[in-house]
Amino acid sequence: MNRRIFLRSAGLVLAGTALTPGVFARMAMASTTKGRKTLVTIFQRGAVDGLNMVVPYAESAYYTARPSIAISRPGQEGGALDLDGFFGVHPALAPLVPYFKDKSAAFIHAAGSPDSTRSHFDAQDFMESGTPGVKSTRDGFLARALGKKANGSPLSAVSMTSSLPRILAGSADAIAMTDISRFNVRQHAGSFEQMYASSASEAFEASKILSAAASARLAPANGAEYPRTPLGNSLKQIAQLIRSDVGLEVAFADVEGWDTHAGQGGSNGQLANSLRQFAAAIAAFARDLGSRMSDVVLVTTSEFGRTVRENGNRGTDHGHGTVMMTLGGAIKGGKVHGRWPGLSSLYEGRDLAVTTDFRDVFAPLLTAHLGVADIRQVFPRYEVRPLRLI
Amino acid sequence: MRQFLAVTLCGFLVLPATSGNSAVAGRERERAAHVLNRLAFGARPGEIDRVARMGVDRWIAGQLQPEKISDTAIEQTLARYRTLSWSTSRIMKEVYQPLVTARRRAQRDGDDVQDGSMRELRREAQRVVGDLSAQRILRAAASERQLNEIMVDFWMNHFNVFAGKSIDRFLLTSYERDTIRPHIWGSFEELLLASARSPAMLFYLDNARSRRGGINENYAREIMELHSLGVDGGYTQKDVSELARVLTGWSIDRKRGNFVFRPALHDRDAKTVLGIRLPAGGGIKEGERMIRALAAHPSTAKHIARKLAERLVSDDPPPALVNRVAERFTATRGNLRETVKALVTSPEFNDPRYYRVKVKSPFEYTISAVRAVGGQIENPIPLAQQLKKMGQPLYFAQAPTGYGDDAASWVNSGALVERINFAIALTGNTIPGIRVPEVADPLRLAGVALSEDTLKVIADRKTDDPAAIAGLVIGSPEFQRQ
Repeated sequence: MNRRIFLRSAGLVLAGTALTPGVFARMAMASTTKGRKTLVTIFQRGAVDGLNMVVPYAESAYYTARPSIAISRPGQEGGALDLDGFFGVHPALAPLVPYFKDKSAAFIHAAGSPDSTRSHFDAQDFMESGTPGVKSTRDGFLARALGKKANGSPLSAVSMTSSLPRILAGSADAIAMTDISRFNVRQHAGSFEQMYASSASEAFEASKILSAAASARLAPANGAEYPRTPLGNSLKQIAQLIRSDVGLEVAFADVEGWDTHAGQGGSNGQLANSLRQFAAAIAAFARDLGSRMSDVVLVTTSEFGRTVRENGNRGTDHGHGTVMMTLGGAIKGGKVHGRWPGLSSLYEGRDLAVTTDFRDVFAPLLTAHLGVADIRQVFPRYEVRPLRLI
Repeated sequence: MRQFLAVTLCGFLVLPATSGNSAVAGRERERAAHVLNRLAFGARPGEIDRVARMGVDRWIAGQLQPEKISDTAIEQTLARYRTLSWSTSRIMKEVYQPLVTARRRAQRDGDDVQDGSMRELRREAQRVVGDLSAQRILRAAASERQLNEIMVDFWMNHFNVFAGKSIDRFLLTSYERDTIRPHIWGSFEELLLASARSPAMLFYLDNARSRRGGINENYAREIMELHSLGVDGGYTQKDVSELARVLTGWSIDRKRGNFVFRPALHDRDAKTVLGIRLPAGGGIKEGERMIRALAAHPSTAKHIARKLAERLVSDDPPPALVNRVAERFTATRGNLRETVKALVTSPEFNDPRYYRVKVKSPFEYTISAVRAVGGQIENPIPLAQQLKKMGQPLYFAQAPTGYGDDAASWVNSGALVERINFAIALTGNTIPGIRVPEVADPLRLAGVALSEDTLKVIADRKTDDPAAIAGLVIGSPEFQRQ
């Protein structure tokens, strides 16, 4: 553990007043690296119902298990939008279908964590630490991926959250913020920078870079319109950071509201509304970035899926396997990846099995896209079998 | 100006260690600062000396009996937030129902849902949680029952309910007032039972609609994982579904917003939970029996002791302390006053090694800053908005886990920038609704000795403007800790 991480985890301890390196020198360094790659991770907190997000409409067992909340077959009213003759997406995800059709987006079904916990907290923790079943891991796997390859920009890893998420815990270079236009100290900035020189100097550097690059003033391009939702706001700002070339490599955002125990709805209703906002935000992001999406990969994940059978309240309880999505870069899109376990033999008699470990989804994105050299450091004690996504 | 600083610095840095007596007084003063940080929302001007003079042990003993502390000033202030005293049925009748009726009418007639009368009804609806947030902020800042407010914060977070889930925003007034506050110094069993019978919780975790043949596991899982046993407390998925069956029928009357047991929804068959066999036909009694069993379970004692120690002592509390507090919990059948007393009178709590090792949450930070500068809150809403910007909006933690209580939950650069800007705005007296008097002795605001480095930065500023110095002190690393 280096000194800076230690100080930070010890909580803003003050020591020394070393001056920080010239911000413009670092900006210059950042700007020479246009074309750098960015990985954007979106965590759907609360366990999204993968079966209604990407519907296995060709399986009649799906309809038997969900008399009131199933999404109808393609072609019917409110029906799924066909992807490949077997799966179709929830109609609320319509804005993402063009990206699937032009092969820039892919889904991975029956994905998730092998650990059997159905606790939101534990499952998120296991997924973000990248070590399912091991509670003692202190850092997050994106922090380990960033590791020594951090590019020197204080904005190489940004989380659009009010606190640093578990997935980036332990990173000396990650910054959490929710509003890049507010990310500047209004008075006595020099004095505060000195006070926090040893524990949080990158915050002050980041703030200077952001104001020099005027990131927050970049209007969305290509007519992109972000929904005014927390995720819409997060992705809009991530796009601003990417477009203003401040050196962003790893970005993170989360979105809540997937814990649909009651009144989940079908093609309309609670989950449909959440998915509609979700898709609108991601589609706006892809549109905003336009050709720059070739340098960006976006991936979505969730701690587990939901029961195959609907419960007594037209909702679903905590399950196991779910669906992940990835978009951009050199992704082999237009395909639903992963081995489909079917709905006739269920995990613990109730849930979609996990046939693709989430680490096998992240592995190719981290290595082939982001250029992480040693994936074993990112996912220790795990033999990665990278999915052929790139 | 230089002189001003030099004089102040000298006066502050001379440690009273010249005689045995004053060394003792110095230690008592340090301890007073510690308890005011942990068992209160920070010290007000002069309060550290006051507590040190009266004796820290005496102050703690007094705080453990909040019902004996007069708190009339704050009660008078709160009288103007009228929905605080309303019953849930009144809130449902006077706020919720008119909103529903108006919305239906607007939909039927194709009216503009943005029109004036709708806006007024919505404002009225927002007032309910608005009053509640105002109350929490004002009490934290000005109640004399400070430890009581710390424990309210702890238990409201432990039994978190999210105001953003549909009608829960109308149920939280009674939840805090009638379910949580009256039980936090009594037995844990009664608190757990009260929460299980609370419409707010039953609605939030979906038990209200769970029924035989169509169970909903949400609440059954969280009452074990979060409220009692803890995630490693020794229950299985089977226990979750069985307990969900036990709790079928524990529901609410949606119109009045009160608790009802609905025998028609209840699963009457036999069940087994945590090895306890419940014969068929147990009705509401078997749920009560199971909740009592959860409260008395050894895992629960450990879980509650650990969470309390994390809040009051350290992010990583010593296991010996946790065990001792858990034993006290068990020995007193979950008496929470005795449990908290065991914790705050322990050698560990009072060991200087644990002074200032915890980072303040946004709520603790903002309130302690207001208290430190002697600020008067005339309108608490800007503070509520500030908490939202810092990631801790009151009553709006969406996940049942509530907010984290450790440094990792709150320490990061974005939060630091928000905190510094808040310090500048507060000490510059520019936050609407808070009146800050001129600070007489800004270098003493932190209540503890500032580090040499911080003092140097302040001296380098070459200013004798007390507000500027106060801003630097409230924004300093020392003031982020407690």
